[in-house]
Amino acid sequence: MRSIIFLGIGILFGITLFKSEAASWFRIYEMFQFHSFHMYGIIGSAVTLGLISTQLIKKYKIKSFYGDPIHISPKDKNLRRYIFGGIIFGLGWALAGACPGPMFVLLGAGYLPIIVVIASAIIGTFLYGILKHKLPH
Amino acid sequence: MNWIYNPWPWYISGPLIAIILFLLLKSGKTFGMSSNLRTMCTICGAGKASDFFKFDWKSQRWNLIVVLGAILGGIIASTVLSNDSSVAIAPETISDLKAKGFVNPGKNYMPDLLFANEALSQPKSLLLLIIGGLLVGFGARYAGGCTSGHAISGLSNLQLPSLVAVIGFFIGGLTMVHIIFPLIF
Repeated sequence: MRSIIFLGIGILFGITLFKSEAASWFRIYEMFQFHSFHMYGIIGSAVTLGLISTQLIKKYKIKSFYGDPIHISPKDKNLRRYIFGGIIFGLGWALAGACPGPMFVLLGAGYLPIIVVIASAIIGTFLYGILKHKLPH
Repeated sequence: MNWIYNPWPWYISGPLIAIILFLLLKSGKTFGMSSNLRTMCTICGAGKASDFFKFDWKSQRWNLIVVLGAILGGIIASTVLSNDSSVAIAPETISDLKAKGFVNPGKNYMPDLLFANEALSQPKSLLLLIIGGLLVGFGARYAGGCTSGHAISGLSNLQLPSLVAVIGFFIGGLTMVHIIFPLIF
């Protein structure tokens, strides 16, 4: 039953990313050129409403569907990893035009070259895993 | 009902993403897509190479199901819910990309230069796809999250680390588009 809920959430996510064009390489390029409000509108409205719901969940200690307390873990506080990792991610996001959600949506939409991007992203994650101890965090 | 076949405006799409975040929180989970890449490494046996991949991947099964749903969503949206794959990008973006050698920018959902099937036999396109993927995977894990984990759920939870990461995403993205693209396209 729970699996079906997650499948449904994923389908809604996939449809939304595709239909909003947030999964299009062109929209990411346009965003980084500041030529359109479209992507900023999507992210901005998602964060504004997400902020309200997240804060309400915390303030009123709203429980999950299953009656358990909802715990949202804070991120750890070492800031160097966020700036270095963020810059590396941003370089790839603009080049491939897809971040880890849209990659899978594009696979479903039948763009075969995205398989190369997904496989490389998995290898990139693996490289981080082996190099982790040598990197500043 | 015709609107459903057209691209969805930001004021529909953004709130839908907020609903997805809310549904995941109400399910007792978090919103983060890039952690699935780590789970996939673990499933492939990466735990032998680094402790970073030693965890019970079955605890992340729910998130892999979200990924499966996203793939199905891509199939549904591109076939049943669309009758045209063009993307209405800004005229300045079109002329800018034409000057960089892109043919008919915005006519298809993705640029043919990188995402047509023929791109797989073009060494330059293939190399760019590989580099892009490597940077996304490496960077997302180094930063501890991607667009969903930091830009959407992290900022919604007022996390300073997420704000720093999003600033990093933009430094990287702007550098790629404004400094590196003129060298490679």
